[in-house]
Amino acid sequence: MIAAVFDSIPAMILLTGILVGASGALLGSFLVLRGNAMLTDAISHSIVFGIIVVWLLTRQLSGPVQLIGAAATGVLTVVLTEALARSRLVKMDAAIGLVFPALFAMGVILISLYARDVHIHVDTVLLGEIGFVWLNTVTIWGQPVPVAVATLAAVLVINLAFVLGLWKELKLASFDPGLAAALGFAPAVLHYALLTLTSMTAVAAFDAVGAILFIAFVIVPPATAYLLTRRLWLMVVLSVALSVAACVAGYVLARLWNVSIAGMMASMTGLWFAAALLLAPGRGLVAQALQRRTQALDHDCRALVAHLFTHQGTPEMAEENTQRALVNHLGWSRPRARAAILRAHDRALVERQDGLLILRGKGVAEADLIFGTQGTNRG
Amino acid sequence: MTMLADLMASQIVRTVLVGAAMLGAISGMLGAFAVLRRQSLLGDALAHAALPGVCLGFLVAGARDLGSILAGAFLTGSLAALAMMLITRTTRLKTDAALGIVLSVFFAVGVVLLTHVQATGGAASAGLASFLFGQAAAILVSDLWIMGGIGLVALGVVLALWKEFKLVSFDADFARAQGFPVTMLEAMLTIMVALAIVVGLQLVGVVLMVALLIAPAAAARQWTNRLGMMVALSALIGAGSGAAGALISATTRGLATGPVVVLVATAAVLVSLALAPGRGLVWQALAARRARARISDGRILAAMQGLAEAHDDPHYPAEQGMLGAALGKAPAPGQFDALKRRGLIRAVTHAPEATPHWQLTPAGQRAARATGTDTGDKT
Repeated sequence: MIAAVFDSIPAMILLTGILVGASGALLGSFLVLRGNAMLTDAISHSIVFGIIVVWLLTRQLSGPVQLIGAAATGVLTVVLTEALARSRLVKMDAAIGLVFPALFAMGVILISLYARDVHIHVDTVLLGEIGFVWLNTVTIWGQPVPVAVATLAAVLVINLAFVLGLWKELKLASFDPGLAAALGFAPAVLHYALLTLTSMTAVAAFDAVGAILFIAFVIVPPATAYLLTRRLWLMVVLSVALSVAACVAGYVLARLWNVSIAGMMASMTGLWFAAALLLAPGRGLVAQALQRRTQALDHDCRALVAHLFTHQGTPEMAEENTQRALVNHLGWSRPRARAAILRAHDRALVERQDGLLILRGKGVAEADLIFGTQGTNRG
Repeated sequence: MTMLADLMASQIVRTVLVGAAMLGAISGMLGAFAVLRRQSLLGDALAHAALPGVCLGFLVAGARDLGSILAGAFLTGSLAALAMMLITRTTRLKTDAALGIVLSVFFAVGVVLLTHVQATGGAASAGLASFLFGQAAAILVSDLWIMGGIGLVALGVVLALWKEFKLVSFDADFARAQGFPVTMLEAMLTIMVALAIVVGLQLVGVVLMVALLIAPAAAARQWTNRLGMMVALSALIGAGSGAAGALISATTRGLATGPVVVLVATAAVLVSLALAPGRGLVWQALAARRARARISDGRILAAMQGLAEAHDDPHYPAEQGMLGAALGKAPAPGQFDALKRRGLIRAVTHAPEATPHWQLTPAGQRAARATGTDTGDKT
């Protein structure tokens, strides 16, 4: 049964994607909350340099040495970037944009000079080869397992242990670094631990999804979850679930359309994000638009009630308390006037009598509230 | 020199050289505004977002037609800028998360389209992947005219709207209060960054383009505090990096132009960070050293003055070792000699003691009093 799973190529590709997604989303939740999302961008680009340097030194493309060696480049990027920003000669955003392209450019030059015909290919650096992860296996307990799966599983366990073990500290340092520092929780240590793990995850995921698509797995599902909930644990769980769903959907579609699997998986995370942006209950764009519409309508209702109340019982009443007056005197468009009257009618504020709009009891009460004329009822 | 002449004799090298210099000038000029507005990484997101546009342009034109490819890149780049604005304005997500989302999702869609084009487009699509890292050798003389045209348009817009861009870069709130169409101006600056990226795609590719926007501007910023000077210098540094990078890469087979240009620009930044007068790290270190020496000298003089006052003898000979004890740490012997050379103290003997003694000269007394008032410390 287990052997059947590990011998199935689609299962292995899918499992690789899910492992990348889950381990990335676990860390990404905290990176997004702390405003460090673009450091992921910097790290994932500059590990290319680390990977080629470690390869030149040890001729190993995977394994613990590669994992730690290349991850060190990621941490180096962060340290260099922050040192540059602290010198105050350039701002943080420019510092990020100066350090990682330089390391990445060095990596690309080293690859094209020394590693042209080996496993590392410049396009692979960016795009990954998730479709071929099953080619390179290692035997664990008598069962051949893809190296990428084994490495990513180990990384996922480490990430999970980190997040669960330091949950409280991470939560505090993410939301209130000042308090965390005052209470002695060393937010700086946590910061670097988080970014070290991000670097390691990036290195482990590199073969499968490449340097840039990795960013999608780290940032997009947590950002999506952030739009959907305000509870941290729910955000983390949701982002892992969204990433897994993106992997499954992306794999199916990629096979269907014969396109890049990793690219399609990452695109799916974008689709979830777009959906959440539009449809998130209460805060999505659609909900915001509906809210604005209701508010505008209610505001028109109040204006209508005030208008009717002012003229009710006066000689101009026959002229003013009509839909035509709303159009001619208040300058409303006809649909707007109609909508306001219908809404006021539905809320039992007004009624029609002999072609005139008359305030009902509730409408008078509302007008009293607006004008502050409680008890001096003219209606 | 003959080698340079040999290189220049090649039509391809000349074309690449002119192209790289032109690109460097355009992106340097426009990057200056992006860096000042702390939007350096927007360029990174827009550059990555150009990839799907490149593929769409290819799909629409059905061939590797530069015009439609650049138009596609510009279209998706602008779309990415709009998406950025939508995300940051309507959600709680921070700018860095929005950048990461736009960058990675657009790039993922680009990868999907790229694999689709490669699967269906046949031989014509082979060069498409070169847009990832750029392929300088593929530049045609006719492409230079397009680049030059875009450069002139950008220059014209910057000159025509100089005052407005200056104001928006430094104080957008004030500009808005003065009634300038700030959103419009910011959108124009963003669109021009997208234009610069489109120009650079062929040469350095989507991944490294950001460095050409940031590095020249960050270098130029160190040398001047005036915007006009900074923009001009930035364009100059960009052009120089482009030309130098093109030449260096032409000397070695397999050395891609894009990464070399990026490294040259980064070197320019490093030199500027170190050496820029008044601001650079070397200058800062020298200034700090001078300040430390001044304070240290002042403390010696003040201590001698204090001893003189305590003994009611303006010419009190202070023993060198005692001064060390009074200051908490013995000053280097050279420091006394330096003060003596400046005529502030003189060496005296104080029989029967054989140890060195020092006495304030009238100039030294004045300097000590000045130090005292400087620090507000009379003793």
